[in-house]
Amino acid sequence: MPDLQGYGSLLIDGLMITLGVAIASMIGALILGLAAAAGKLFASRPLRILIEAYTTIVRGVPELVLLLLIYYGLPTLVQDTLGGMGHDVTLAINPFAAGIGTLTLIYAAFACEVYRAAYLAVPPGQREAALALGLSSLITFRKVELPQMMRYALPGLGNVWMVLVKATALISIIQLPELMRNADIAARSTQQPFTFFFMACLLYLCITLVSMWGQGRLETWASRGTTEGTL
Amino acid sequence: MLSFVVEHLPRFLQGALLTVQLATYSCLLGLCIAVPVALARLSTNRMLRGLSTGYVFFFRGTPLLAQIFLIYYGSGQFRHALDAVGLWSLFRDPWFCALFTLKLNTGAYSSEILRGAIHAVPKGEIEAARSLGLKPLIRLRLIIMPRAIRIGWPAYTNEVVYQIQATSLVSIITIMDITGVARAIGARHFTFYEAFGLAAILYLILVYGFIFMARRVERRLNLHLQPSNAPRSARAQGLIR
Repeated sequence: MPDLQGYGSLLIDGLMITLGVAIASMIGALILGLAAAAGKLFASRPLRILIEAYTTIVRGVPELVLLLLIYYGLPTLVQDTLGGMGHDVTLAINPFAAGIGTLTLIYAAFACEVYRAAYLAVPPGQREAALALGLSSLITFRKVELPQMMRYALPGLGNVWMVLVKATALISIIQLPELMRNADIAARSTQQPFTFFFMACLLYLCITLVSMWGQGRLETWASRGTTEGTL
Repeated sequence: MLSFVVEHLPRFLQGALLTVQLATYSCLLGLCIAVPVALARLSTNRMLRGLSTGYVFFFRGTPLLAQIFLIYYGSGQFRHALDAVGLWSLFRDPWFCALFTLKLNTGAYSSEILRGAIHAVPKGEIEAARSLGLKPLIRLRLIIMPRAIRIGWPAYTNEVVYQIQATSLVSIITIMDITGVARAIGARHFTFYEAFGLAAILYLILVYGFIFMARRVERRLNLHLQPSNAPRSARAQGLIR
């Protein structure tokens, strides 16, 4: 164990913020992604085109550029627009909100694709059979389609979570005191950059390991009652 | 907005050239790492398997930003040792560190794609090659690899797309790629949304231009199969790895 010179607790604090940001963004991405997937599958044509444009753009632009665009660009855009209309305002976004907002926006686009593919993987006969048995449309979705869909969606959503956790490191660029930022602070004041960045890497690896274990458990649970067990 | 584009586009294009260079070199060097690593992970030698698994696990399990900091700033901690072997001038150079990290990172991801693709080669074809008496290396070159490349190509396309976007992180260690130029111009002229907006558009052009070309290559690779058949489902998975 390397000597952390009392900066260990700073790293743990950072880890907590990293986890908080990641979980908050993941919840946002799961909900927004499901809504976007529903829109892509069922909405009217103009709305569908709009959602298509959103996922296309978000998946083609680096996370860092989107983050900087939202954190620096959005306030100046609003200020300039309002300034043009004669209102003088100064605006700044809280780094926490900007980080969670950006990650939610990006990973909802990825989650949307996962949900859509999963929904299409459930055979239409399942829905027809449920409706023929007299279940209402909502119950059919909740009791018949959603559980089967989740089995197909879980590996993809797990993948989104893993990528999202690593993407939280970018928020250190806008000074949010998460794991990378705190490791940077510790590295600068102790002059031991390798030690602290390596410790940060190990902590990220711990999150990855726990996530892999959790994902395995979830997938076993979601595929209960199926013969092949794994996809 | 238009005057902004006219004034600053040349600098942005210089940045784009750097982005393309970084992505190209790191992907090519990454492939040179990926092939032996994938083979090592599939080998029966425990030592080779353990080493390659550790490498892949580390680089896939940690953020690229942490890896860049670890190598660029972290190397400073071993300055005397690196000085002694004459490598310090390399690790002091942000361009070298960026390329070094990017290629190790993409090498790990690509090796996983290749490993999956080799696994997906139908067993019967390998058995057929074996019963024809082809030696292991010939088998790999003539039977397994051509098949694995076709299977892995759509996933590898996604990896390159991800790599193009990942190069934006090198702006943090002072390299003037597209993002670096946007940050510098945005901060100097207080034109953040114009600068990052233009950067986003340039990345979109690079990414979707590459995807367009990759699709054409994919069609060529699969000419002997029914067109527009197999690759679609792989594409429906989206750009995520």
